[in-house]
Formats: sequence, C-alpha cells, structure tokens
Amino acid sequence: MTDAATRLALYRDMLRVRLVEEAVADRYHKDNEMRCPVHLSIGQEGVSAGVCLALRREDQIVTTHRGHAHYLSKGGDLKAMLCEFHGKAPGCCGGRGGSMHLFDGPAGVLMSAPIVASSIPVGVGAALGMKQAGSDNVAVVFLGDASVEEGVFHESANFAAIRKLPVIFVCENNLFSVYTPLRDRQPDRPLTQLAEAHGLPTATVDGNDAEAVFAATSTAAARARAGDGPSFILADTYRWREHCGPYYDNDLGYRTTEEFEAWMARDPVALLRGRLMTDGLLDAAADRAMHLDIENETAVAFDFALAAPFPEQATAGDHVYA
Amino acid sequence: MSMPEHAPAGRLITGAEALREAMDQCMEADDRVFLMGEGAADPKGIFGTTAGLVEKYGTDRVVEMPVAENGLTGIAIGAALMGRRPVMVHQRVDFALLALEQIFNNAAKIHYVTEGRHRVPLVIRMIIGRGWGQGPEHSQSLESVFAHFPGLKVVLPSTAQDAKGMLVAAIRDDNPVVMLEHRWTHYATGDVPAELYETPLVGPAHVREGNDVTIVATSYMTYEAREAADAMARAGVSADVFDMRVLRPLDLAPVIASVRRTGRLIVGDVGWKLFGAGAEIIAQVTEQAFADMKAAPVRLGLPGHPTPSSRSLVPDFYPYSGDIVARTADITGAHDRLAPVRAALAEARASRPIDVPNPDFKGPF
Repeated sequence: MTDAATRLALYRDMLRVRLVEEAVADRYHKDNEMRCPVHLSIGQEGVSAGVCLALRREDQIVTTHRGHAHYLSKGGDLKAMLCEFHGKAPGCCGGRGGSMHLFDGPAGVLMSAPIVASSIPVGVGAALGMKQAGSDNVAVVFLGDASVEEGVFHESANFAAIRKLPVIFVCENNLFSVYTPLRDRQPDRPLTQLAEAHGLPTATVDGNDAEAVFAATSTAAARARAGDGPSFILADTYRWREHCGPYYDNDLGYRTTEEFEAWMARDPVALLRGRLMTDGLLDAAADRAMHLDIENETAVAFDFALAAPFPEQATAGDHVYA
Repeated sequence: MSMPEHAPAGRLITGAEALREAMDQCMEADDRVFLMGEGAADPKGIFGTTAGLVEKYGTDRVVEMPVAENGLTGIAIGAALMGRRPVMVHQRVDFALLALEQIFNNAAKIHYVTEGRHRVPLVIRMIIGRGWGQGPEHSQSLESVFAHFPGLKVVLPSTAQDAKGMLVAAIRDDNPVVMLEHRWTHYATGDVPAELYETPLVGPAHVREGNDVTIVATSYMTYEAREAADAMARAGVSADVFDMRVLRPLDLAPVIASVRRTGRLIVGDVGWKLFGAGAEIIAQVTEQAFADMKAAPVRLGLPGHPTPSSRSLVPDFYPYSGDIVARTADITGAHDRLAPVRAALAEARASRPIDVPNPDFKGPF
C-alpha cells in the first residue's frame, strides 16, 4: 500500500490529465484553433500517473502519438503543450511538431513520435547514455500493444537485456490499433511472453489502477537503478474517445457498447476517488476544490495559448543543422 | 486498353471513390488480387479508398495488417513471387519508411537478380499528407527517394480518372509499383468511366496547350499549375502544362518536344526541391533541349527544412499558382501582363485557410 500523500498525488495527477484532455476535446471544434491531429488519453490516465509518479524528474520518458498524459504526468509544462497544439511560438516545439511531437527537457520528456515503435530504441539509447554517464537514472519507454508487432521492439528489448540497461518498457494495452482489435493482429497469448522471450522480467497490472501501476513501476525502477537491467510492465487499459480527434467513435461499430461501458465503469479516476473517500483521505469538498484549482489552471493555460504569438514565418528554416 | 476519350457525363466521383472502385473491380476480375494494410478492413477504410471491400471479399483477401511494415512487405513480396497480386496500402508515406529494406532490396531487385525468372507484381499505395498541422512525420513527399531505385515503377495520379486507371494498370503490371497519392487529390472529383480501364504507366498527361512556357507538375502541384495556366491565358500568356504522373520509368519526350517549342521550363514539385524530381526533369530536358532554351529553367519545390506543424510557418512552404505566375513573368518578361494575375491569385489564396484542401475540411486527418 502506498502512502497517503502518494495516493492523493496519483489521484490529482489523473484528474488533471482528465480535465485538461476534456477541455481540449470541448474546445477542439469550438475554437477551431488547435489545427493539428490530437490523440486523447482520456480513460488511460492510470498508467501515466502510476508510472510517472514513481520516477524522478531526471528520469527520461519517451512516448507515442498518444502522449499528452505521459507528458503532463512527467511534469511537462501545460502552457507549452497547449501552445504547441495551437501552433504557437511558446509551444514545446515552437509550433513545429503539433500534438504528436511533445518534448520537455527539464521534465525528462525526451521525445514523442507519431510513427508506431519509432521512439522505442531512442528510449533504450537514453538508458544506455545515462548508464555510460554513471548516473542511476532510468528511462521509461511507453509503447502501445501494436508496437510489439514491429521488429524494432524486439531489437531494442534484446539489446537492453544483454547490456542490462536501466529501462522500463511500459506497454499500454488499450486493445486497439486505431480500429483494429488486438485479436485480429496477434495470436491469443499474453503480451508479456514476448518480453520474457528476451529475458526480461515482466509484470501484468490493471492499467486503470494507478496504485498498482505505481507499485509495479517502483519495483522495476529500483531494479534498474541497482544495475539489474530492464523490465517490462503490461498495463491493460482502454481509450474512451475516438482514435484521433475529440469525439466518441462507437458509431463506427468496431467495438461493442458492452465493452465500452464495462471499461467506462472502471474509470481509473473514479476508482481511486472512491478508495480515497472510503479511506477518509478525500471528501467532496476537497475533491471540489481540486477540480476548481485544475480547471482554473487549465483555463489560464488556454487563455495563454490563444493569446500567444504565432512563430515568425521567417524562422521556418531555422535549426535544420546544429 | 487506354482510357476512353469521352467519359460518360454525370458520373462525377472523387479520387478516393475512384481508387475504391478500381480495387473492387480488380478484385472481382482476378481472384489473385488481394489487399493488405493497417486499416484496410477498418470502418474508415483508408479514407474510404478500401471501404466495403472486406464485407464483399472477406478477410482472406482484405488483410488487416499487424503493425509490422517491413515484415508484411516481405510477406507480400513472397506472395507475389508465388503468383498472387498483392496491393499494400500505407495511410502515410511516412509509415512505409519502416519497409524500405524490403522495398529497395527485394521488391526492386529480385527480377533482375534472377535474370527475369521471378516477377514481383506488387502495388504499394502510399498517401502523402498535407495540412491541418500534420507536421514533420505525417506529410513527407518522398517520390524522388522511391524513383531513385531501378526496378520500381513510381506513379503519382492527380485526377480521379488517373487514380482509377493507374491503380488498375499497376495491379496488372508484373513489376513492383509504388503509387503515391496526395491526400488532397482524394477530394478531387472527375468524370470516371464505370468500366474497368487502364491508364498506361508511362509518360506525362498533357493537360493544357500553350506556346510561351512549359510547366511540368507532379501530383497536387498539377492543380496549382492548371490554375496558373488558366489565369495567365486570360492575360494572353499561354502555358503548355504536363502532369508528370509517372516518375519511373521517366518518359520526358513530350516535355522535351514542348520545351523545344516554348524555350522555357518551370517544374513544380510536391517534394523537397533539393534532389527532388524537378532536378532530374530539368537535368534531362536541359541535356537534350539546351540549344532551344531561351531562359534558365525554374524549379519550384519545398524549402530545405521539415514540414512545421503550425500553420503560421507554412505560407511560404508550399509553392502555389501565384509562384508559378511570378516565375513565368521572370522568364518571359511579361511582368506587366502577369503582375495583376499574380496579385489576384495571391488575394484569392489569402482569403482561404492555408491548411485545408476545401472549406468543409475540419481535420483532424
């Protein structure tokens, strides 16, 4: 069992991601100012919170097209993220990347990439670099269930294993690659077997249980910091909204209402809220105050992004070479 | 069979619908033809270009791919060697980058290495993204990379008619064909014959006749070139316009004949200018028609940096019709007549969003 302060922090982090992402969804077509693809993390907040709160600020993460939650949970700057969505100069990539290229150096958000599995070897390389430099920091590679279908996952896991690199592969299994279910893409066997074949210790956790994710990550991080090498965590979870964009997409018929509602009923935010209230660590008033605080922060950040200047057109060719 | 000269009237369909129809008719006509892709069998069906096919042909012939581009490309090549006719599709060119080893080493070379005994009748469709902040890794235009490799055919249809006819021809071709579809050309409508027909995979389409300048465009740039030519025609400057819809094999004979007549050449590329398709086209035309050229050839293409996501950074990134008019003015000296033409095009462009193909487009794709 994690301590009370950590449990409250996990809850607040998930709630913050949820409210920010819902604001992005609400404003996406209303403002029509976030003119880039967005892949929302709503429903999957348990994984980002559980992993990132078990890390140090100096630890590095790499992530995917669905990376908003990872960025925020790791401490990425909210205003810089929203400015990036709006194509504005103070964006975390100065408006060059859009939502699929998130980066925050001081917070340890090393990169996100919109090509499946593209960031996996980069995360392993970060672990190699930190180990060579003599630090005991770790790298976390966030990947989806489809990434393990790519060869580069296996190349990366193999190298991490033989070099005992301080890296944690966190496989967020949300059951779909866009609209294609896992069962149509992979045989019926635990995803963890793929990592075990490379000699990695594995853990399977409920991705909607942030406390369980936190515990598994803490174990893996301690192992990595001690020089005992990489681990693989499988976290089952579910994307609520459409693959790309602000709406729901159940009308497409690729997933059943029963499945969708079963996962909605296992809302990671509500799950921990319930536990905290049962355990007397949170009451309705405190929860309301937390909501208001985050909503205020989000509104301020959106105002900042909307008012921020666009990058100067003349700078478009800058920084092609160092 | 080539495309009928007179398409039946009143059958306007989009490029996306034309591609779907070509695939459907080819699968119906030849049971060796099958489709593979990430999303090929999903409810959105690759922007509608594969919609309904899995319902009609089943999951053995419309194969939803694992996310494993290099492996599945090799698997498609193996099936092709066994006489099947696979069509693979990538929602973005950028995703196909994981498969370059199989495309360049196996698909492009197996026929050559076996002294012609093996054939690789493989089609790989790749979609070039643009707009709505797609950014550095969802909007690359890499036709010159693929066109560099002997053994591949590389085609870029821009019209709905060509989308259908060239996909049919590609499927029937015994060579690996890389077909690059600019996302915005999926929206372009055209009179498309209902029957199965082929557009031969050789040579450019001659889309405007004129005497003062030769304009060669690839893919979506053909629309900018047509707009420029039509606007200039009203000012008394006539352009001979070619849609360079096949980059490999590269047949420039009609372009060279045109430049011998006009003495002037402008090439408009959808890819980066440096080492782009335009560079090769200009090199060959200059080699063969140098004596007839009245002005140095002009290249239009993307500047030397990745595609930024922010719409504020792209106004000068993509060349448009006004740039073609401006450069025509430079090399013809018709500044007086063309300055107002360019101003009108610039004004029209400034009045619509820079990052969408038509007013209905709301993203995110």
